[in-house]
Amino acid sequence: MPNFLHRRNFLRFTTGLGLVVGLDYFSPAYAKQIKSIKADQTQLKYPEIIDLIIQETGVKIGEQNATGITVNNSIPAPLIRLKEGQIAKINVTNKLDEDTSIHWHGIILPVKMDGVPGVSFAGIKPGQTFTYEFPIIQSGTYWYHGHSGLQEQRGHFGPIIIDPIESDPFQYDKDYVVMLSDWTFEDPYDVLKNLKKMSSYYNNQKRTVENLSEDSMWRQMRMDPTDIADITGATYTYLINGLVPETNWTAIFKPGEKVRLRFINGSAMTFFDVRIPGLKMTVVQADGQNIQPVIVDEFRMGTAETYDIIVEPKNEQAYTIFAETMDRSGYARGTLAISQGMTAPIPKLRERPVRSMKDMGMNHDMSGMNNNLHMNHDMSGMNSNSTMNHDMSGMNSNSTMNHDMFNDEAVPNISNDFGVRNAGVPMMVQSRLNEPGIGLENTGTRVLVYSDLRNIAPGYDQRKPDREIELHLTGNMERYMWSFNGKKYSEEKEIAFYKGERLRLTFINQTMMEHPIHLHGMWMELDNGAGQYKPRKHTIIVKPAEKLSVEINVDVSGKWPLHCHLLYHMKVGMFRTVAIMDHPVEAG
Amino acid sequence: MSLKTIIYSSFLTGLLSCINFLTDVSTVKSEIIQNLEKFKLNETIINSNQDIFTQDFGENIVTNESLNQEFAQQDDETPNKDEENWPSPIEDDEIFWFLLVDQLEYRGSDSKDFFRWDIEGWVGGDYERIWLKTEGEVAFAKDDGGEAEIQLLYGYLIAPFWDLQVGLRYDRIYGSEDDRGRAFAVIGLEGLAPDLYEVDTALFISENGDLSARFQVEQELLITQKLILQPRFEINVAAQKVENFGIGSGVNDIELGLRLRYEINRNYAPYLGINWIRLVGETENLARKDGESVDNFSVVGGIRMLF
Ligand SMILES: [Cu+2]
Repeated sequence: MPNFLHRRNFLRFTTGLGLVVGLDYFSPAYAKQIKSIKADQTQLKYPEIIDLIIQETGVKIGEQNATGITVNNSIPAPLIRLKEGQIAKINVTNKLDEDTSIHWHGIILPVKMDGVPGVSFAGIKPGQTFTYEFPIIQSGTYWYHGHSGLQEQRGHFGPIIIDPIESDPFQYDKDYVVMLSDWTFEDPYDVLKNLKKMSSYYNNQKRTVENLSEDSMWRQMRMDPTDIADITGATYTYLINGLVPETNWTAIFKPGEKVRLRFINGSAMTFFDVRIPGLKMTVVQADGQNIQPVIVDEFRMGTAETYDIIVEPKNEQAYTIFAETMDRSGYARGTLAISQGMTAPIPKLRERPVRSMKDMGMNHDMSGMNNNLHMNHDMSGMNSNSTMNHDMSGMNSNSTMNHDMFNDEAVPNISNDFGVRNAGVPMMVQSRLNEPGIGLENTGTRVLVYSDLRNIAPGYDQRKPDREIELHLTGNMERYMWSFNGKKYSEEKEIAFYKGERLRLTFINQTMMEHPIHLHGMWMELDNGAGQYKPRKHTIIVKPAEKLSVEINVDVSGKWPLHCHLLYHMKVGMFRTVAIMDHPVEAG
Repeated sequence: MSLKTIIYSSFLTGLLSCINFLTDVSTVKSEIIQNLEKFKLNETIINSNQDIFTQDFGENIVTNESLNQEFAQQDDETPNKDEENWPSPIEDDEIFWFLLVDQLEYRGSDSKDFFRWDIEGWVGGDYERIWLKTEGEVAFAKDDGGEAEIQLLYGYLIAPFWDLQVGLRYDRIYGSEDDRGRAFAVIGLEGLAPDLYEVDTALFISENGDLSARFQVEQELLITQKLILQPRFEINVAAQKVENFGIGSGVNDIELGLRLRYEINRNYAPYLGINWIRLVGETENLARKDGESVDNFSVVGGIRMLF
């Protein structure tokens, strides 16, 4: 039984009336009823100082005992609630016997507060307390996590809510955080060792001799069409707010109420496909940024992404919150109900998808390939799905669409020599922003796509980018090597951004896997055809054989990480430091 | 997009970055409103923005001049004094190891019964690895003896799926006659060929200058996720006759194997199978002279282990 410390021990607090926020615990939830965190914000009292203690703690994951790296003895770490305009002051004490750190994911802050050892600071040594102090200049749903070793996999992550100065442009009655994660009872370093020995170690859904002839092309290219996730339900237990599916985390509503659910994918390696059978979900925020509402049946979350949705359950019943993993090897589950203890049917896991030739950058049909291929083939160019989608939501007017740079045509993949560090280079690369992603193509329902995301207001900066940089996502699955431009971090450490420039950064995915790319310290404005309404994101999924661009205002100084947010991809080298340099003096 | 819009928007960006440090909220606020009004891109959006910006920012904003100055200092470009002593943000150069006991089996045939092993392992990083390979067999009958081979190699990744290996091999034959051993220099290529053939091939030069080569290939065919069929083929050739080791020039032998394993988990998989070795050419003649069998069909059973 974990020793649960009362939160009062950790809140140093000034006098004053009002509801105490700042820190809130989800876990151990069997000891604590989950309440809506919605409150009249004018009545909230935000603590001036938040104390966090990182240590190893015995935790219970389902029925099993384990040792996790916890923040204030909780997995996930406590909810940190802040107010836009305040100054956050957070003391982090390291009670581990190794270095640790906290990175505030998606928060725009001074470079020394970013919390990445070796880039923004030295890390927090055992026994040391580091004080983070930064002004809060944004609002929305974010999260925080360790950026040291593989600590994040062991529970070192938690949610952040920043209440806006002005209320959000949507109404809701209840407010819940739904933090998704993946837990393994193995030592994360053993997991990495296993992947290095045999990259398909955790894939228990390979194709068999039955599909031998269909797979001839894949076998010839030495690729596995079932390589959807590196680490799967074979070792992972998937959690909602630290709870296993059987424990069934439950959010309470009254029929007719609007319920805001703040989904955070705090997993180390898992893409989740989220739906609530029986309810339409209105997506109102992506990566903490308000967007023009989109009504969907399902959405995919790459690792580290967040989506805020609003649902309006009308009936006195329970609804299952179902977060299926992209490779269909497991799920996290919770319930929306009118009272605790109610359940709704749990959907069956769908069949795991199989990679298509499009993932390999080949658009022509191959006889005997899987059904997805035909679908993909038809969809190349303008996606019929998305046209329909726009009609359904009725929110996204296409009239202001700005196609000045956005281009979704397939182009030959020319720069393709990354030597031994890259296996299986796609022949063609193209935008796939209007595709829902592998396994969601033929659901017959409305699935969120990246081209749906439109900022609520026009971008603050309408400058054309001064400069374009291409960054290739590369890897050799056979040896479990992941890199950028064919070089892992230790081989090429830095990318230069120029201070003050507006940069167009183009990602080209040369691999057969999706990578959620995260840039620290600056927003990436996704060039998804939304013109001035480009959504701002901190983490962007780049699909296999995809070429996509983001625009960045380089309005900061110092050094900032840019990396794949799949923890083990980052660990083995898919990482760069962005160094903000002075613009070189132009010759001539 | 008009030039005017661009100018306005960059102006607006400048202003918003001022907000970042909350220096003078009220003046910034009024200027934003003015600019938003000029910035007529979309009526509704303007309106919603006006809603946002015309309302009072309230008392919630903490404006602490000293702190802001501190932040401004933190954000400057002066490098940190102790930056050289910082750890690396990630350690992507770690040493890993791998050990596969591919065969640890009993081989039973009409003529004689063996215990046989075939083990391969490496230690190293992404590009460079030290390999250890050993195979051999011991007869259960006392006088039949056995043979063992060990290779120590340095491997370098030369193509995404191919490792070039160089090193040493030592063979030992023991049994009824005197024990004999010989050493070789090795150059080999190991990797994954198109169609997922796992290839291990090498050229050997013995201490006496004799040249020989070996080519091994195997595949893994999944019947189910746990039941895996592993066909295997091996051929050995030699340039010179080495009578002492029963080797003739030309093709020495051909081996075909078929093993069906059940993976209890990734690490342990018991298996059953068949194996057929056929000596050919001059090697076959040498074996016949010694009264040894030249055509050896056996049933095998054992365990495959991954560490
Ligand atoms: Cu990745």
